[in-house]
Amino acid sequence: MAERIIGIDLGTTNSLVAYMEGQTPVVIPGEDGQNLVPSIVALTPEGEIVVGNSARKWLIEAPERAVYSVKRLMGRSQADVREEIERFHFRVVEEPREAAGIVRLRLGERVLTPPEISAYILRQLKRNAERYFGAPVRHAVITVPAYFNDAQRQATIDAGRIAGLEVLRIVNEPTAAALAYGLEKKRHGTFAVYDLGGGTFDVSILRLEESDGESLFHVQATNGDTHLGGDDIDNLLLTIALDDIKGDLGVDYFRSASVIQGLRAQVIAAKIALSSEPAAKIAFALPNGKEYRREITRAQFEELIAPILERTVGPCRTALADAKLSGPIEEVVLVGGSTRIPRVQNLVQALFGREPHCELNPDEVVAIGAAVQAGILSGGSSQDMLLLDVTPLSLGIETMGGVVARIIHRNSTIPASATEHFTTWVEGQTNVAIHVLQGERELAKDCRSLARFDLREIPPMSAGLPRIAVKFLIDANGILNVSAVEERTGKAASIQVKPSYGLSDDQVEQMILDSFDYAEEDLRQRQVVEARNEAQLILDATEKARRDAAFTEIENAERVHIGELEAALRTAMASDDYAHIRTRIEALNEGTRHLAELMMNSAVKGALQGRNVRDIG
Amino acid sequence: MPDALSPTVHADHFAVFGLSRRLHLDLAALEKEFYRQSRKLHPDRFARAAATEQQAALQRTSQLNDAYRTLAEPIPRIAYLLELEGVRRRDERVDADGGRANQVPTELLEEVFELNMALDEARSGGLDDPGTRRQLAEAQEDFQSKLGTVDTALLERAAAWDRARDAGESGGEILQQISGLLDRRNYLQNLLRDVAAVLSPTP
Repeated sequence: MAERIIGIDLGTTNSLVAYMEGQTPVVIPGEDGQNLVPSIVALTPEGEIVVGNSARKWLIEAPERAVYSVKRLMGRSQADVREEIERFHFRVVEEPREAAGIVRLRLGERVLTPPEISAYILRQLKRNAERYFGAPVRHAVITVPAYFNDAQRQATIDAGRIAGLEVLRIVNEPTAAALAYGLEKKRHGTFAVYDLGGGTFDVSILRLEESDGESLFHVQATNGDTHLGGDDIDNLLLTIALDDIKGDLGVDYFRSASVIQGLRAQVIAAKIALSSEPAAKIAFALPNGKEYRREITRAQFEELIAPILERTVGPCRTALADAKLSGPIEEVVLVGGSTRIPRVQNLVQALFGREPHCELNPDEVVAIGAAVQAGILSGGSSQDMLLLDVTPLSLGIETMGGVVARIIHRNSTIPASATEHFTTWVEGQTNVAIHVLQGERELAKDCRSLARFDLREIPPMSAGLPRIAVKFLIDANGILNVSAVEERTGKAASIQVKPSYGLSDDQVEQMILDSFDYAEEDLRQRQVVEARNEAQLILDATEKARRDAAFTEIENAERVHIGELEAALRTAMASDDYAHIRTRIEALNEGTRHLAELMMNSAVKGALQGRNVRDIG
Repeated sequence: MPDALSPTVHADHFAVFGLSRRLHLDLAALEKEFYRQSRKLHPDRFARAAATEQQAALQRTSQLNDAYRTLAEPIPRIAYLLELEGVRRRDERVDADGGRANQVPTELLEEVFELNMALDEARSGGLDDPGTRRQLAEAQEDFQSKLGTVDTALLERAAAWDRARDAGESGGEILQQISGLLDRRNYLQNLLRDVAAVLSPTP
């Protein structure tokens, strides 16, 4: 059977893994039976990495040993995340590195980058799938927010590589949700996906075409905010609670990580309760022996979160305008846990003039869509579907005066390319520098710096004579590839890429080496050594038993059988398969059980024989 | 498994769809052909194929998407045709410092001068002065209607060029006229964008 490709929803709050079982997408549960793996990574004092529910307790007991919501930091620079660090209590390593781009976090005794931490989550999902299949998994489709930029997408692919997964495709989360719904309903027409998750917001407008029995999902426009989600609501409630405590009880816990984590759990519970109850209570025992209590009504809650929800309106309007629709939106789909909030549902209904759909579990629909895309790529059951997605942000290059010239506009169907011509302005100039940006603003300083390309080895000519064609190609993952050729000589110009943020290839390679993949190889070797040691012990014991009187008491056939088992174990010991060695150890154990019992009996008799009545009495 | 792909290079965006160079296109047919080729060429169809085929799928799909994006909208289609016919050249960039001077069409000189004065005033003094606001709003309306006139003229000239081509003529002169109209259009659009930015600034 062909190796399975898994679909992964690597979420801010929770992550999931799914696959296609024939025509049916299946979400794979973890060892604890839960489909959702909380995106929490902790390092135990013993140096073991734990992920998911088992990492959660560290958030409260030893917050310095746990990281959550790390997706917020993917592909971002230290300068970018200063504000997040305050609110999320990430423990960032401050370093005036020249490559000050990449953020590094402290986790217990270790220092890790966001892709490495995400890799631990991916690795856990990979293990869950491997346990479920009983077979190794090497390929995955991973979803990202549609509004993720190049660096954030690249960081996600890096995380996959570090986890030992080749990422065959990065799929946008709202589009994945659309795939899941399309699979379910086989509908066609224009629809909108409103995706408000733990940390990110996306809106996408799609057209679903049906022809010749094939479904084609054509994304018309997408927009969003990669820093807007349920986390923001939690932080707001948390800040209010901490303010309350400071005001009413006179104690400032703004810097106490364990109080913050404990209180966070309480406000999240209240938030969830308020989706179905008219009011919710928050009660939390403080370290000073006092208790914080507060009741919050749904009306209060809705008033509090209104400014946060309002921030989703602009992106929805822009996406609608960009989609240049000829008719109305026919259906609206809700995705992400935060869309369970009734107020969010009302807002969506008002925005699109349609009652939103939420038949599919909003926590699972993205993972299901990732599985559908994995099915498409494997050439399997879902090959009658095709997804045409877009790039969320315009691609531009810096020109005179720091102005951005757009070369690929946002909402262009990907893969998309543009070729720009460059020339020199100094005699004999052999290098040309190109600064590539992503964003919608006019000035380079307001856009996201993506990379600086240095075109080298341009044949020295008079100024303005070289004609260098630089091709910018955004692939189906939404990631930029650049190639260049000097047209007069036909010589490919060499390109030195300096990513503005993120990891270089060498760094990723090193991380793969450093990762637990490597540690796991160590572990496997240790297991082999341990199994061999144990095998030697039982072989020695059996050898000794041959000289015991009991050995003469057993049947000849049994003696022959034991000899065979010994030989089999010796053969197994020569292999590197510790599981095989263990099986053989068990077999020899089982085969010598009768002999051991006889030996035990005679030993007891001997002990009694050596003693007199007085000793026993 | 789809047939093996080769990295085909088409002469131009029209050729991708098997079309000859015309400014009026049947958009429904164009879309249908776009979807048909997407199904055949998309990289998703070659995820398990050899690296060279994956590369070919990527190249050909990007070519298809670029062509569709350019031809499906009238203004990019016209600009592209002018480039193909050698009437306009695309900007050549000088070491990331290039850029083309935005020349004011002579017939607009006076109006643009006045508008820029008003814009400067609005930018420095805000929109507190109702006179400035009214002047800008009037200018906005005026330039918007000029834009409408240009668009109508563009469509008319485009149809004329198609007819000329159908008659086996070069239509070179018409393309020059179209190029002039396009310059004027770009210029008006930039002006309108500036006015809109001043009148309703986005945070």
